Amino acid sequence: MQIAGVELQSRLWLGTARYPSPAILADSIRAARTDLVTVSLRRESGRDRAGQDFWAMIRALPVKVLPNTAGCYSVKEAVTTAHMAREVFGTPWIKLEVIRDPDTLFPDVFALTEAARILCEEGFVVFPYTTPDLSVAERLLDAGCPLLMPLGAPIGSGMGLNDPFALRTLRARFPEVALVVDAGIGRPSHAAAALEMGYDAVLLNTAVALAGDPVAMAGAFADAVQAGRTAYTAEPMPVRDMAAASTPMLGKAWLE
Amino acid sequence: MKLIINGNEEHHEVEHLAELLERLEHTASSVATAVNGAFVPASQRAAHRLKEDDVVEILAPMQGG
Repeated sequence: MQIAGVELQSRLWLGTARYPSPAILADSIRAARTDLVTVSLRRESGRDRAGQDFWAMIRALPVKVLPNTAGCYSVKEAVTTAHMAREVFGTPWIKLEVIRDPDTLFPDVFALTEAARILCEEGFVVFPYTTPDLSVAERLLDAGCPLLMPLGAPIGSGMGLNDPFALRTLRARFPEVALVVDAGIGRPSHAAAALEMGYDAVLLNTAVALAGDPVAMAGAFADAVQAGRTAYTAEPMPVRDMAAASTPMLGKAWLE
Repeated sequence: MKLIINGNEEHHEVEHLAELLERLEHTASSVATAVNGAFVPASQRAAHRLKEDDVVEILAPMQGG
């Protein structure tokens, strides 16, 4: 798939937070067969090298980075964070998150669209974390976002695709736009369902990081994403309300 | 002078932001800086004069979802 002219091989994008250790994170990234990971910017003192060590590890892997504006609650915060991320990570790509409610971590769609407009005008490639709402989607695309990233469920909840109708509606309304389910995925079956629906990729983090065996789970997600995509391109059978016998009645014996 | 650095009150006798980073041993690292909520690009740190009670944020790459 292509995003803003850049070819991505994997339809599974992986977050880098909450893993038990840096080694497990690196192994999970490899097992996921992903070529895109998300990162953030956080405070670090000069003597604490954790951030520098993390960055060195990520740069040694064959992945592109997508910095996020996680934890930003205002347009100003998000835009400033994007500016800082562009300098540190050397990329105009930004996963734009502008949150309003601290319990659900749902996007503030008004601030999101305003921040997206500002950043797109400044040349950023904005990956907007949004709700599966048509009106918001249209505004984000009008602002210049090259793709949409509607949530499946609250971040870190593992609930899966809470509103498949809304997700299907987005897919149908914007057939030419890259759509990526971001947030709330908990199991590989959720990821497969998103890909079967025609979504172009999924972004997940907690589902792998908090699994009992993150590396194995990362591999399972990679397989599920591939299966879902193959199923989508193989054109699944239409759904019926009533049964349709698969075994033909012709030739059936009369045994009464 | 008193500065708020990454949320902590500290005292440093420095003139410019670049000097502060050097004092805090950030010279060889990849960090982004902001003063009083405004991004200060790396190219402007040497010219950015600090003053009493400035709020300085020094951010590094970190894990993120």
